[in-house]
Amino acid sequence: MIPLSHFLTLGAILFTLSIAGIFLNRKNVIIILMCIELMLLAVNTNFIAFSYFLGDTAGQVFVFFILTVAAAEAAIGLAILVVLFRTRGTINVSDLDQLQG
Amino acid sequence: MKLVYILTPLAPLFGAIAAGFFGKKLGRVNSHRVTIAGVAIAFLLSLVALSKSLSGDGSVMFNETIYTWMVSGGIKFEVGFLIDRLTVVMMTVVTSVSLMVHIYTIGYMHDDPGYQRFFSYISLFTFAMLMLVMANNFMQLFFGWEAVGLVSYLLIGFWYKKPTAIFANLKAFLVNRVGDFGFLLGIAAVLMYTGTLNYSEAFAAAPSMVGTTIELIPGVAWSALTVTCICLFIGAMGKSAQIPLHVWLPDSMEGPTPISALIHAATMVTAGIFMVARMSPFFELSTTALTFVIVIGSLTALLMGLVGIVQNDIKRVVAYSTLSQLGYMTVALGASAYGAAIFHLMTHAFFKALLFLAAGSVIIGMHHEQDIRKMGGLKKYMPITYWTSLIGTLALIGFPGFSGFFSKDAIIEAVHYSEIPGAGFAYICVLLGVFITSFYSFRMFFLVFHGKERFDDHTREHLHESPKVVTWPLILLAIPSVILGALTIGGMLFGGFFGDAIQVDPARDVLAKIGKDYHGVVAFVLHGFKVPAVYLALAGAVSAWFIYLHKPSIADWFADKFSFVHRILDNKYGFDDFNQKVFAGGSLLLANKLWTVGDVKLIDGIMVNGTANKVGLLSTVVRKLGSGYLYNYAFAMIVGLLAMLSIFIFTT
Repeated sequence: MIPLSHFLTLGAILFTLSIAGIFLNRKNVIIILMCIELMLLAVNTNFIAFSYFLGDTAGQVFVFFILTVAAAEAAIGLAILVVLFRTRGTINVSDLDQLQG
Repeated sequence: MKLVYILTPLAPLFGAIAAGFFGKKLGRVNSHRVTIAGVAIAFLLSLVALSKSLSGDGSVMFNETIYTWMVSGGIKFEVGFLIDRLTVVMMTVVTSVSLMVHIYTIGYMHDDPGYQRFFSYISLFTFAMLMLVMANNFMQLFFGWEAVGLVSYLLIGFWYKKPTAIFANLKAFLVNRVGDFGFLLGIAAVLMYTGTLNYSEAFAAAPSMVGTTIELIPGVAWSALTVTCICLFIGAMGKSAQIPLHVWLPDSMEGPTPISALIHAATMVTAGIFMVARMSPFFELSTTALTFVIVIGSLTALLMGLVGIVQNDIKRVVAYSTLSQLGYMTVALGASAYGAAIFHLMTHAFFKALLFLAAGSVIIGMHHEQDIRKMGGLKKYMPITYWTSLIGTLALIGFPGFSGFFSKDAIIEAVHYSEIPGAGFAYICVLLGVFITSFYSFRMFFLVFHGKERFDDHTREHLHESPKVVTWPLILLAIPSVILGALTIGGMLFGGFFGDAIQVDPARDVLAKIGKDYHGVVAFVLHGFKVPAVYLALAGAVSAWFIYLHKPSIADWFADKFSFVHRILDNKYGFDDFNQKVFAGGSLLLANKLWTVGDVKLIDGIMVNGTANKVGLLSTVVRKLGSGYLYNYAFAMIVGLLAMLSIFIFTT
């Protein structure tokens, strides 16, 4: 039987990886989107692990919700990305500094 | 009678408003008509008050509040009139001289573009001066005091395009502020100790102030009465141009000549004398204050007369003479001879106004040339001006029989009898002053009317006697200059004329001592020949004749040989330079420092621009954080989250 801590460690590693992916990546916005997906999956892993070990199915129900939201979010994110590419002609992260005043 | 008293000041005010606000519509002739009518009414009403007062027993005729402006904290601010002998004398002097000056102005200001404005101002002045002398409380006194100061300011700067006139009126205003500040402190002290602004109530409470002390500097107790009196007298020093606040009066001659006659010789500058006489119940209780008064007065009388000798501007000579004569009045106040001070004030008002108006007549004839070195021999061109000037000069030097003789002799005798500290010094000063007065008066007289004609042919062609509106006031003023002294001396000085208006400590009542030996006008004149004053005056006149007509080289020789003395006198003892350097320069320096350090460095540098700069500096640092990259922000969020979680975990 695999103990809970392994699952949680896996989730944490995935989460950290995704954070690192967001920060270290300077090239492509798509990678950021993928990292966000990964972050959600890490959380999902935690949910399922807790749900199993605590014997409470509510956690797994939440995972479905999250997956749905993640799918919707990915769709919107990609759509924004397309529009962004049309207007700016680039999806290079280093060029997207319009938030700076 | 109440209506008479109310109308007296209001008639000139009406004239001033009419000429001032509607002068353009009224036109020149109607403007001078309406203002002269206003002053004439005031003059007639003053005569009514005077005759009623003379037929009475000398007690207070009227003392009522007309209008209560406000009551605040138990202190009443009122407008009211106090009419007694002192007031009616002042009212008559003010309105009569003012009337003469109004008439004279028609001729003097004939071609001036500011004709209506001028009439409006002098009528306004008459109103303000009447309010001052008729007041029955300190508030109204102060109102009149400031109002005459304002009109004086406006009139000195009447020719506002002339830079020297603007300088002079600013100077007059500033120097008077110094005096007025003292005056205000004095009034405040009266209010503090007596709790009232009303004259009669304050005077009644005055004896209770004896023994009260005040510590202006901690540890040094001063008599509250002395402090109050000296503060009040500082006000008088400003208005009546006593050393060291005299500096504004010679410069005020930048204004038109009628103003010099009315305001800066006859009436306004005597307001200080009047005020001290009115405050006699206070001053009589403080010997220290009286000594202060007599010393300041005698210094002014002597030193300012000396300066008059070296002046070459015809109006400035008369101005320094005015300063010197004001010194005489102040000396009389200090010697407790208030009656003599008011008496001299009255005679001086007429003969000095006469001298000024005569000087103005000369100036008209000379086409606004005021330098006496460029005159000479005017006697045959301007006979009326010549004779009236001679009368004025004789009255001024105290020639026996003329009005100035009686008043000046009374003052000298009063100082002679006075026993307060400083009286001995004052006696020497006023005696020397007689010689000097006579010397500079006749110096000017000879240089202007006698000797060689020192003007060019162009001036000679146009030189003629001034028009009737100018000469008539001269003649009308010459009459009282001759006879007024002889007519009034007996009644005014020795008959208890002022009643309760002037209170004198019996131990100090020098006029009563002189009065014991008074046996009519003729005896007084004859007695005059037994004292040095008359001979000093004659000696002054003779020396002036010798030096300036007989041997003019002596004057140059003297100026050359004693150039040191000449320079001191020419610099007017350096009062102007001192004020210019220390007070004006000091304020400039202070203002400069306040500007460069206080304003530029502190307020602008640190407070206003400093905060802005600091915000800018901070934001350049903060800007580095706002890179615009989303991942940086997200990273900051996560770091923050981590930090908060850590705190949460490790602290619980």
